Amino acid sequence: MLSRLPAAALKSQSVLGASRSTTSAFRTRATSQVRFASSSSASSATLESLLTSRASLISVTLFSAGSIAWYTHLYGSLPFVGEVHANSLADDGLHPTTYPWPHKGLFDTFDHASIRRGFQVYREVCAACHSLDRIAWRNLVGVSHTADEARALAEDVEYTDGPDDKGEMFQRPGKLSDYLPPPYANEEAARAGNGGALPPDLSLIIKARHGGADYVFSLLTGYMDPPAGVEIREDMSYNPYFPGGAISMARVLWDNLVEYEDGTPATTSQMAKDIVTFLNWAAEPEHDERKKMGIKAVILFSALFAISIQVKRFKWTVLKNRKIFYNPPKDLKH
Amino acid sequence: MALANAFYNTFVKRNSVFVTSIFAGAFAFSVGFDVAVNNFWDRWNQGKQWKDIRAKYIQEDADS
Repeated sequence: MLSRLPAAALKSQSVLGASRSTTSAFRTRATSQVRFASSSSASSATLESLLTSRASLISVTLFSAGSIAWYTHLYGSLPFVGEVHANSLADDGLHPTTYPWPHKGLFDTFDHASIRRGFQVYREVCAACHSLDRIAWRNLVGVSHTADEARALAEDVEYTDGPDDKGEMFQRPGKLSDYLPPPYANEEAARAGNGGALPPDLSLIIKARHGGADYVFSLLTGYMDPPAGVEIREDMSYNPYFPGGAISMARVLWDNLVEYEDGTPATTSQMAKDIVTFLNWAAEPEHDERKKMGIKAVILFSALFAISIQVKRFKWTVLKNRKIFYNPPKDLKH
Repeated sequence: MALANAFYNTFVKRNSVFVTSIFAGAFAFSVGFDVAVNNFWDRWNQGKQWKDIRAKYIQEDADS
């Protein structure tokens, strides 16, 4: 709406607002303006147009809105508006550090050697408490293991199958199509085994937490002694990245906890990085396809956009290049 | 102009040829485009993908 107003309308508006006091003053000022509008000096005219132009109004508005938005983004609250919080910032958990994951870029896939190591960490460490419901043994084939390796891993686990022709369930070694075995039979058993806290299923945990991979990595490596004044109940640990600070999971990753088959030193952060890469793959198995599709879409749509611009210019050349002449009518002597 | 005439006479004159060439062209383009993007992807991610590290874990006469 603002853009439709002519600049002169704003100018007269400001004059009106300034001289509301008396009608006579308004009249004299209005007439003086009209009288001297064309003959006033050039410098005051530029200053006046600078102060009253639409462009400066818009840019000042944008500048103020931008400053407020920037402040809010930086400090989390509006400027000059006081806020009172009953909870401390520690209750929201420390923000995780941003890490340069190998799969972070627009064109980057996972580091698959890391996925393989991460699966080893999951199997030897995390799987004691956490399930991974959505991943079957067959999903590992062609990602981190050969078919034979995955088959061998599956056969180490006994699955209940059935019923057979006598109507009874029976145990059989796992197949590629079986899903990874959960550590507990059900949620209640999991809670009972962990002091009332349910170890979450890890299939989608990277997607399910704010901060994603960065958060899980920070959490796994962020265990520390509670700072002075912070009381942590027995059986709980202090972790500044966990909202509230008190987490039921104790620190599990210690240096040289597992022995990697490819000889990578198993430091705490190395294991954390590998398990997070593995879990990120588990949460997004479609990751590579998604990024490839994105590349294709961007290429195709930008080509189509360029073509459409070209076609528009082509179609409009006639209109853009025409010249309109005014031929005054001949004097018809009517 | 000669090129345009040749193009017209080869592809556009008969509708059967026109439609067929559009379908064949779409097929060829999609295959070629996929191959190009996949080649770029493999070059960009050299050493990170399963096919790059698979040789370390494969045994003789194993599948996949």
